[in-house]
Amino acid sequence: MSDAANTQTPASSINAKNILLFALVALLFVGTGFVQSWNTALTIFNMGLISAIMALGVNMQWGYAGLFNVGVMGFVALGGLAAVLVSSDPVPEAWALGGPRILLGLVLGAATILAAILAYSRLPAGRLRMLAILVILIGGFAIYRAVIGPGVEAVEAYEPASTGFLGGLGLPVVLAWPVGGLLAAGAAWIIGKTALGLRSDYLAIATLGIAEIIIAILKNEDWLARGVKNVTGIPRPVPYEVDLQASESFLNFANSLGADPVSASTITVKLAYAGLFIVVLGVLIWLVEKAWNSPWGRMMRAIRDNEVSASAMGKDVKARHLQIFILGSAVCGLAGAMMTTLDSQLVPGTYQPLRFTFLIWVMVIVGGSGNNWGAVLGGFLIWWLWVQVEPLGLLLLQGLTAGMEEGAFLREHLLDSAAHMRLLTMGIILLLVLRFSPRGLIPER
Amino acid sequence: MDVLNAIVALANFVIIPATAYGAQLALGALGVTLIYGILRFSNFAHGDTMAFGTMVTIFVTWGFQAAGIGFGPLPTALLALPFGIAATALLAIGTDATVYRFYRTQKAKPVIFVIASLGVMFIMNGIVRFLIGVDDQRFADGERFIIGARDFREMTGLEEGLAFRTTQGITIVVAIIAVVLLFWFLNRTRTGKSMRAFSDNEDLALLSGINPERVVLITWIIVAALATTAGVLYGLDKSFKPFTYFQLLLPIFASAIVGGLGNPLGAILGGFLIAFSEVGVTYAFRKVVGYLGPEDWQPEGLLQLLSTDYKFAVSFGILLIVLLFKPTGIMKGKSV
Repeated sequence: MSDAANTQTPASSINAKNILLFALVALLFVGTGFVQSWNTALTIFNMGLISAIMALGVNMQWGYAGLFNVGVMGFVALGGLAAVLVSSDPVPEAWALGGPRILLGLVLGAATILAAILAYSRLPAGRLRMLAILVILIGGFAIYRAVIGPGVEAVEAYEPASTGFLGGLGLPVVLAWPVGGLLAAGAAWIIGKTALGLRSDYLAIATLGIAEIIIAILKNEDWLARGVKNVTGIPRPVPYEVDLQASESFLNFANSLGADPVSASTITVKLAYAGLFIVVLGVLIWLVEKAWNSPWGRMMRAIRDNEVSASAMGKDVKARHLQIFILGSAVCGLAGAMMTTLDSQLVPGTYQPLRFTFLIWVMVIVGGSGNNWGAVLGGFLIWWLWVQVEPLGLLLLQGLTAGMEEGAFLREHLLDSAAHMRLLTMGIILLLVLRFSPRGLIPER
Repeated sequence: MDVLNAIVALANFVIIPATAYGAQLALGALGVTLIYGILRFSNFAHGDTMAFGTMVTIFVTWGFQAAGIGFGPLPTALLALPFGIAATALLAIGTDATVYRFYRTQKAKPVIFVIASLGVMFIMNGIVRFLIGVDDQRFADGERFIIGARDFREMTGLEEGLAFRTTQGITIVVAIIAVVLLFWFLNRTRTGKSMRAFSDNEDLALLSGINPERVVLITWIIVAALATTAGVLYGLDKSFKPFTYFQLLLPIFASAIVGGLGNPLGAILGGFLIAFSEVGVTYAFRKVVGYLGPEDWQPEGLLQLLSTDYKFAVSFGILLIVLLFKPTGIMKGKSV
């Protein structure tokens, strides 16, 4: 990372080797289309686009500033929450039952924390200050619980089977994407303010913790997004398959291609998503490349490579770190909102750190930390592998166990365990790249 | 007002479970803190090392059970524990030789070690899930209780029962033995002293002829023993599930950091601090307060500060408070 490479003439990322790498990854997707189905290939491709955006966000923090964020899952989940809050239909009855109480409770809770911070900074140090802060925190918590408790109960009791939450704003879901970024940015601001001044491992553990807490909140606070009852049927930015199949002009179009209308409609929907996501990814890449080549980008790298000398040059290291931490997290939040839009549902139980935090890290390291194109390439490649290792592993194990007796314990066990091959594969890939090509497939230039 | 029953209820639901959990966390945190002190990085694969050791122990336990070998009233897993430790030690040493040693000779930055440990975490997690699956496994056998709730009631005539499970008793006893052994080793033996010297000042230690590879080797063996013991005790007490072990990483890290990374005494203190706070904050104190109030009175609410799912928030909150006001932990830790 901090090699002499920085001083070389800034060669463009567009060279034969990199184009070849992208072409190879494209070949993987096209191959999937031919061998399996175009539907599968597009499904993987769409999530690949989202993974690439997440990898871009992590790469901003790690590649630009050397910040080790292992709370990606939390920011992604916040983006998902934004999709629910923006696009679900509001539940007016629930609002009437407990909405104001909940809002008031939240405001009181925030006021308690603010008051405690004020007390800490205004009062002289000593026993009195400790006492005052304790009184504020405990009293504030009691009041918060007293105010919000009945409101939460009332809202969650209202038709729990279908709603049981406050609902969203009922706005178009595309609006949720920037909102998801903003939510993640807000969370990142709070974490950054407290943890960025600390050592690198502490930031890692702080982000790991905050991500778990965000998931715990999503699972528990049913009034917010139905908790583990999940929010399904989030509106789409693209047409529904059934509507397409019912539309005269689409049927004519499908007939003219000689395709069967059902698969034509699913592929059209997926292509529409892909189009939207490509626009977002394109804009993001353009922005981060501009930033990377600007004086700001050079300053960030200077800080990353030598904090002491950068701060001697008058750069505010802490403020810059906070800035890039918020930006990178916002990109992860944006990707999270897009993912929830693609899935049309928010399922807090599916958020697992191996999939949503550490896998993104594998993408960044394998693709090339400090290179935006590398992160994008890593996003596509690793996501494709993540999906395809399972069927490939199953094939491999079927081959290995073909000679064994049908129903033998070992055979059954091996075939059942094929699903866990992917973790093994990811770990091996990460270690191999880190050891033999530590700068990734497309290194920082 | 019924102080005795209140104390018994508190002991039954808070003090005993938290002590057992604290002992498990302390053993885990000791492993993390040793790696941090000697190898100077935060090992994200620690939870999965625990899971691996426990898995091997479970397999050996099943083998013993099938062969009809038992340990009387004690769980068979204790007999199988040494095998688990041996397998985990071999795995840890192998991992060090294939992964970490390369970066050590390169003098790579600590964060590179951490990323490498992410890779190790993936692989160990994959191995464990591959071999034993993702489901819950219960492998405790032998006597279930040292004192059962009913016996206690009959013995004392109190309304409230107190159950002291065998696994909780074993956890506490084994943890004490492990900690005493560890401290004896670190403070009294030549190898232990050389480890402490290496942890305090690497350059001076090298200068005085301490073999760094030997120190690292011994460290991995001790860490494997601690991790396996912690994992088996946790699994006996609750149950074994690979994902739960991965999630234990957070309270374990919190314990090690709160106590001061690199400081073994601090890790023990941190483990109990985190365990008591987690259990205390998520326990519904309704019953205890009910006994303390006037006759036939129960408080309105559950008197539970946070629902149990927020236990991560508790360890994290404590971690944050300590870091903000005492960045190197309660007992002075080190920072790289």
